Amino acid sequence: MSSLQTPLHKVQGLGPSHSGTGHFWRQRVTAVALVPLGLWFTYAILGLIGTNEVAVLSFLSKPWNALLMAAFSTTLLYHMALGLQDIVDDYVHRPGMKIFTLLLIRFVWIATTVTCIFALIRVAAST
Amino acid sequence: MADQPQKLGRERPLSPHLTIYRWQVTMLASITHRVTGMALSVGALVLAWWLVSISNGPEGYDGFMAVATTPIGLVVLFGFAWSLSFHLLNGIRHLAWDLGYGFNKATATQTGSLVYILSLVAAIAIFAFVWTGHSGYLQ
Repeated sequence: MSSLQTPLHKVQGLGPSHSGTGHFWRQRVTAVALVPLGLWFTYAILGLIGTNEVAVLSFLSKPWNALLMAAFSTTLLYHMALGLQDIVDDYVHRPGMKIFTLLLIRFVWIATTVTCIFALIRVAAST
Repeated sequence: MADQPQKLGRERPLSPHLTIYRWQVTMLASITHRVTGMALSVGALVLAWWLVSISNGPEGYDGFMAVATTPIGLVVLFGFAWSLSFHLLNGIRHLAWDLGYGFNKATATQTGSLVYILSLVAAIAIFAFVWTGHSGYLQ
């Protein structure tokens, strides 16, 4: 016998975390996406500082801007959830506390994502 | 003798940590990446608050702006601007490492210092841009 792994476990190649490199990979993909999206967000925010709510409303109600803001906020929040999970994985060791914080991160992530999308839909519908 | 394995299990030796190592740019950049990431998590919540305030009409937006333009609000916004600059630039540094570039000890230290300098310049440039009246071009 050369290995204690079952054949199924070996062929899945997921290691002791049971999720393989999924988390690592998602973190990288969202990071790459956030480079151009973050630069667009900076451009947008700087363009809107010093204007009024009419300008902000008309900017965010344009389809491309609404789409880019939706893409930026959802990708940012996904990347946030992945990064916060890293910190919990590294520093929270008590099982109960770990499950609690990981659940909290996921709930905040999903709730905030839904909130951003709903706000953008309301803005689009108001004009 | 019987309880010794359990005791060993509880007091296993730890690897050297922050209190042991000499401080270096690379480790400071790594810690700063995490801290700015946590700050930007709060920033993401503020972004959601901003979007909700706009969707609530003029009164809602004025309420957000009243908080954002207080002295404390501006300091926090500067913190977000620097955190975003640092996390974005250092994130690119991390992505370069993922591709196998920049692992040389001297190179890693140089790029670390560069990220600190460039992120500070970017954050100050953003605020200077606004204070000199160049913002608001999306009117």
